[in-house]
Amino acid sequence: MTAGDSLASDQVVQIKGLNKSFSGNLALRGVDLTVSRGEFLTVFGPNGAGTTTLLRILATITRPSAGRIWVSGLEAGKDSTEIRRRVGYVPHQTLLYDDLTAYENLRFYGRMYDVPDLESRLQALAERMGLTSQLHRLVRTLSRGIQQRFSIVRALLHDPSILLLDEPETGLDQQASAMMVEMLDAGAKTVIMTSHRLENSLELADRAVILASGRITYDAPKSSLDKATFAGVYARYSEMK
Amino acid sequence: MKSSFWVKVSAILWKDVLTEFRTRDTFTSVLVFSILVIVIFNFTFVPGSQMFETVAPGVLWVTFTFAGVLSLNRSFARDKEKGCLDGLVLCPADRVALYLGKMLSCLAFMLVVEAIVLPVFAVLFDLPLYLPKLAVIAVVATIGFAAVGTVFSALVVHTRARELLLPLLFFPIIIPVIIAAVKASELALSAASWSEMTSWLTIIAAFDVIFTVAAALVFDYVLEE
Amino acid sequence: MQGRLIDYSLIGVCFTLMIAAISLISVYVPTEEQMGVVQRIFYFHVPLAWVAFLAFFVVFIMSLLYIWKGDEKWDFRAYASAEIGVVFTTMVLITGPIWAKSAWGTWWTWDMRLTTTLVLWFIYVAYLMVRSFASDEERGARFAAVVGIIGFIDVPVVALAIVLSRTQHPSPIVFEGGLASSMLLTLLVSVAAFTVFYVLLLRLRASTRQMTSEIMKLRQELEI
Repeated sequence: MTAGDSLASDQVVQIKGLNKSFSGNLALRGVDLTVSRGEFLTVFGPNGAGTTTLLRILATITRPSAGRIWVSGLEAGKDSTEIRRRVGYVPHQTLLYDDLTAYENLRFYGRMYDVPDLESRLQALAERMGLTSQLHRLVRTLSRGIQQRFSIVRALLHDPSILLLDEPETGLDQQASAMMVEMLDAGAKTVIMTSHRLENSLELADRAVILASGRITYDAPKSSLDKATFAGVYARYSEMK
Repeated sequence: MKSSFWVKVSAILWKDVLTEFRTRDTFTSVLVFSILVIVIFNFTFVPGSQMFETVAPGVLWVTFTFAGVLSLNRSFARDKEKGCLDGLVLCPADRVALYLGKMLSCLAFMLVVEAIVLPVFAVLFDLPLYLPKLAVIAVVATIGFAAVGTVFSALVVHTRARELLLPLLFFPIIIPVIIAAVKASELALSAASWSEMTSWLTIIAAFDVIFTVAAALVFDYVLEE
Repeated sequence: MQGRLIDYSLIGVCFTLMIAAISLISVYVPTEEQMGVVQRIFYFHVPLAWVAFLAFFVVFIMSLLYIWKGDEKWDFRAYASAEIGVVFTTMVLITGPIWAKSAWGTWWTWDMRLTTTLVLWFIYVAYLMVRSFASDEERGARFAAVVGIIGFIDVPVVALAIVLSRTQHPSPIVFEGGLASSMLLTLLVSVAAFTVFYVLLLRLRASTRQMTSEIMKLRQELEI
């Protein structure tokens, strides 16, 4: 079976039977998931539910133990380099070198991603995130919040069509979150975000999924979703682990 | 090869050189360590005895090997902080470009250390300061060190007790380089001609080629989780 | 079922060959004139060394297959072969000096075969350590495969470098004028016995790993 057979043109991410084990412990068990173009999907899951592993596999950092993944019709493991061009990933860590300035970091990543017109793109993004004045400071002298904002600029530098956000609310302040949401809206990108808290995260989402003990246990579009009921369901799965 | 490939190789090299230039922590410690090794070796021989000439090449290469493994230990350690190693894996770059970038930065680092250690060694062992043959041997052999060392350095950052594991992996593999480099250095110090050294330099060069290719091909498998 | 049958017949063949080899070594083959009875260790030493090299070659092939195909069954075979190889190399390094002391009057010389064997031992001990030190088993398997490939490519280069560096010493002569036919026969039977023994050990060890892995997977699926 090729991706084209089963893949409707607007399905940007398709995951089939995904398993990942670490030394015999299954972090993900038989995950099936499809994400449409332009969709904002939030994956809720308590710590240890496998949300980070899921994003790392989509970002092609981690190899799946079993199962197949297509991103924009490209299969992970075969066209990983092309997938990497299309994906922007914002993990917990900033992925920035402490002993380089923010500008040097972004220039480095820009060259690694073959970003055209790097200088102007970099300056424009920094300006929109309100970071121009911090651009030439060493990363180690910047506050955690500012570092996190630069991390977002890093992820958006190559204008990815799919954005993976790993619990962004833990590192970002209110203002930065607002800016990020604004930028996401403007780009009409597909977003997959993980979260372990319901507040704020649910508002952004078009669709909510619950991942518990490595399985998808709940999947519903927001339109059919009552917040109180969802909170109840999520609480139950969180305890289950 | 495409220009974007070399842009990426040089981006990695530039990034590593700049970070090291700013902090200089690895450089200083490796340099002091290397000179310390030479000084300690000095105490194990009777000063002024004939042994010096036969022993000097061995001392030099033990020092270079130790310095090499120490700097390799640091090479990926900095990338490991703040998840930057993930950042490298994320890049849509040919894995060969990642390998070459890191390999060249390891090589540059080791060569700079050796360039300072070599005159110090010459002074302490009362050898002439101008040693072009020894310099050539050092460059060719260090390419071999970096070729193999880069893969193992990337491998051990994901293991426990990485500082211990790296020499256990690294030393047995580079034994042919050490043997050939010591033999060639003996000849160089006894003022032999270039042609007498060719067979040794050829072995090291063959090692460099074989292991650069092999390492570049397997590099992907040590990077991804 | 078929695998069982092969295992049992291998056990039969291995047992017969071993008995034959031991009787040939202790009864049939004449005592070598110069070295005396100690020389009989030769009929163990050489087959052990042969199996060790064979085992590391198998590690190399299986590591390539594992990296290429990604199927863990290749890794189980590589792992098993490396373990056997290290055990056999250890025995080579023990039997060697015993024989060398009587044959050459010295426990150890830094000649090509001895030194290469020692380097091999170091490489594959590191191979086993990489596995147990890795953060996760799957990753450890991939790391080990990398060591298995690079390590094996290194062997001929090591041997070459040692041969060139030791030209001033004459290489030790094992037997002048070749082996007597009775000695050759004994050696060949012993080599055959140890080779079959190796294949048997490899099959058993690899299938044990395979089963362990399947049990682990089933256990994982049954939980929750």
